[in-house]
Amino acid sequence: MLEIKNLHARIAEDGTEIIRGLNLTVKAGEVAAIMGPNGSGKSTLSYILSGREDYEVTEGDILYNGESILELDASERAAKGIFLAFQYPVEIPGVATMQFLKVAMNEQRKYRGEDELTTPEFMRRVKEAAAELKIAPEMLRRPLNVGFSGGEKKRAEILQMALLEPKLCVLDETDSGLDIDALKIVADGVNALRSPDRAVVVITHYQRLLNYIVPDTVHVLYKGQVIKSGDKTLAHELEANGYAEIIEAAA
Amino acid sequence: MPAVQETIDQVRQIDVDQYKYGFETTIEMDKAPKGLSEDIIRLISSKKNEPEWMLEWRLQAYSRWQTMEEPSWARVRYPKIDFNDLHYYAAPKSTSGPKSLDEVDPELLRVYEKLGIPLKEQEILAGVEKSRIAVDAVFDSVSVVTTFKEELKKAGVIFMSISEAMREHPDLVRKYLGTVVPQSDNFYATLNSAVFTDGSFVYVPKGVRCPMELSTYFRINEKNTGQFERTLIIADEGAYVSYLEGCTAPQRDENQLHAAVVELIALDDAEIKYSTVQNWYPGDKQGKGGIYNFVTKRGDCRGKNSKISWTQVETGSAITWKYPSCILRGDGSRGEFYSIAVSNGHQQIDSGTKMIHLGKNTSSRIISKGIAAGVSENTYRGQVSAHRKAENARNFTQCDSLLIGDRCGAHTVPYIEAKNSTAQFEHEATTSKISEDQLFYCLQRGIPEEAAIALIVNGFVKEVIQELPMEFAVEAQKLIGISLEGSVG
Ligand SMILES: Nc1ncnc2c1ncn2[C@@H]1O[C@H](COP(=O)(O)OP(=O)(O)OP(=O)(O)O)[C@@H](O)[C@H]1O
Ligand SMILES: [Mg+2]
Repeated sequence: MLEIKNLHARIAEDGTEIIRGLNLTVKAGEVAAIMGPNGSGKSTLSYILSGREDYEVTEGDILYNGESILELDASERAAKGIFLAFQYPVEIPGVATMQFLKVAMNEQRKYRGEDELTTPEFMRRVKEAAAELKIAPEMLRRPLNVGFSGGEKKRAEILQMALLEPKLCVLDETDSGLDIDALKIVADGVNALRSPDRAVVVITHYQRLLNYIVPDTVHVLYKGQVIKSGDKTLAHELEANGYAEIIEAAA
Repeated sequence: MPAVQETIDQVRQIDVDQYKYGFETTIEMDKAPKGLSEDIIRLISSKKNEPEWMLEWRLQAYSRWQTMEEPSWARVRYPKIDFNDLHYYAAPKSTSGPKSLDEVDPELLRVYEKLGIPLKEQEILAGVEKSRIAVDAVFDSVSVVTTFKEELKKAGVIFMSISEAMREHPDLVRKYLGTVVPQSDNFYATLNSAVFTDGSFVYVPKGVRCPMELSTYFRINEKNTGQFERTLIIADEGAYVSYLEGCTAPQRDENQLHAAVVELIALDDAEIKYSTVQNWYPGDKQGKGGIYNFVTKRGDCRGKNSKISWTQVETGSAITWKYPSCILRGDGSRGEFYSIAVSNGHQQIDSGTKMIHLGKNTSSRIISKGIAAGVSENTYRGQVSAHRKAENARNFTQCDSLLIGDRCGAHTVPYIEAKNSTAQFEHEATTSKISEDQLFYCLQRGIPEEAAIALIVNGFVKEVIQELPMEFAVEAQKLIGISLEGSVG
């Protein structure tokens, strides 16, 4: 589903290279975990995947379902099914969460040539998905992410993911800031989306999340490269020993 | 940054060329020759069968105007206007006072239809249109039709063109005209006093709550025609009225002058809510053409506990010079000003309000949202003052500006003056840009850039949109979208 080949990318403004020859393949139905020390380029990778224009790809390619997506802008990639749950969700003052959801869902439908959702159908879907994630209806009337607690923001991200039904879900530290109950709810939300035609990329620092969302593969990112890949046991190893050994071995 | 650059380019591209209402209508017109003189004023007055006192009043204003200078303190720039190169009177030929819609030139009705203005009472009554709004349609200089007259009459509400009111209710007109905006108030208001051709008149009697929204639609169609409407609204003791004003004009290369005067008078316990959605032609990409909008709007809270509320959505015009104000004369009276001013392309907006606290325990609230894109200049200019006797005057002002791109400007110029130590005035101002983060977040959810900006901007102006009557709120949101188009869907 996703094939990243020898990707090099830099910050457009000052030319600093952040991703330096990164290779990664994620198959449909797979859950891949990406781990790595602070500042290794995990969030940057998620931005580049989703088409943020602050970064320039200088070499390599990103294939999604076999086709390069480098020429597509962020909204096109989203409409084609790439979703990013942000490490730091952004506040949109004055725009009710509900309204935002409706615009997003309908814009994606429009792009794919589908009819807009009727209001009752939209409401039904939102209510159902919100209930699953234990999100109170009042929250949906508030401006998106404005004044939401850290945990509420993360839950709102997963709500959007559930409603937009993407094919490639990238979760950037969705577990940070969640209490134990919320972690479980969010993990259940993600697991409910697992399906043979959907891939999930989980960026995290902790094994804790991976106990709930069990990954098929684990990749260690360091200085803009994947320096080691393995199965779920790799995450346990990292939890026990830290990154030092792996980094040394790769050097 | 790249995303923003693209937005700027798009805003630049589409901007004002997409003015939706820029069609011209060919209708036979009855026009006065160009230029301004006593004779022209006499002609206007006689065309309208005005009483003698009205002509006197006009002539007095005219002689005053000749001694006045165009103001230059606003942050707007434009070539000098040649006031002798304008027609001061133009009227559709076949519409010298239609009695009913059947007598209105069908071509005119088609114009209003194109504009989406509900003129046909039958349709409205038959439930085709959901809302019931009485409309006074002003085409160039003349009011062509007023709807729902009969029903309003039953409630005792007078709603008609001001020329008609001068003939049918001369005492009322004479009693109130020029009492809020005096003849000599300012250059444009004085010019208006001399040459105004039509406008709306509303009188809501004691204790009456006007049973429907009243609305005027202004359209400038003729070339080189100045439009000078005069609107006078009086809410007698305990009365309530909500009034809506909408405007359009065709696309033209030359600039057209619009200098209206609106006077509102609220007596004891009365309330007037005045809403405007201003969508005059803003000029093209190069800044050619467009309406010069020099308007004087003022409300007088004359009675105790009276209330006047201005809500405006300003998206059009090449130049906007406009400060809807409230004189808080009655004890316990309240003034409100809610404004959205969107400028794009080469538009220049200098707008704001004055809240003049004269009575005791008076309060006012100002919420202004300015959005600047393209190479436009957007200035909020506001004055809040408390008179010596205005004990416990209260004001809250909030001015927020949003910039799209980096070639436009937003400015806030507040004047605050309290001559009474018990006055409490609060002022808050912010300037922000649509952030890269916000834009990317929306894009990542599949919302294209234009729609994303529309969404963020509509969030930014929400507090003001909420003040508009329902029908207008929807229209206003669309309009904000259209005027930022290229960046907005
Ligand atoms: N727009 C930018 N401007 C300047 N530096 C940037 C920018 N984007 C990323 N960087 C730098 O690139 C590096 C990688 O950042 P990134 O956020 O991708 O790390 P991360 O792996 O997600 O870290 P964390 O685990 O702390 O979330 C950091 O050194 C960061 O400061
Ligand atoms: Mg990160």
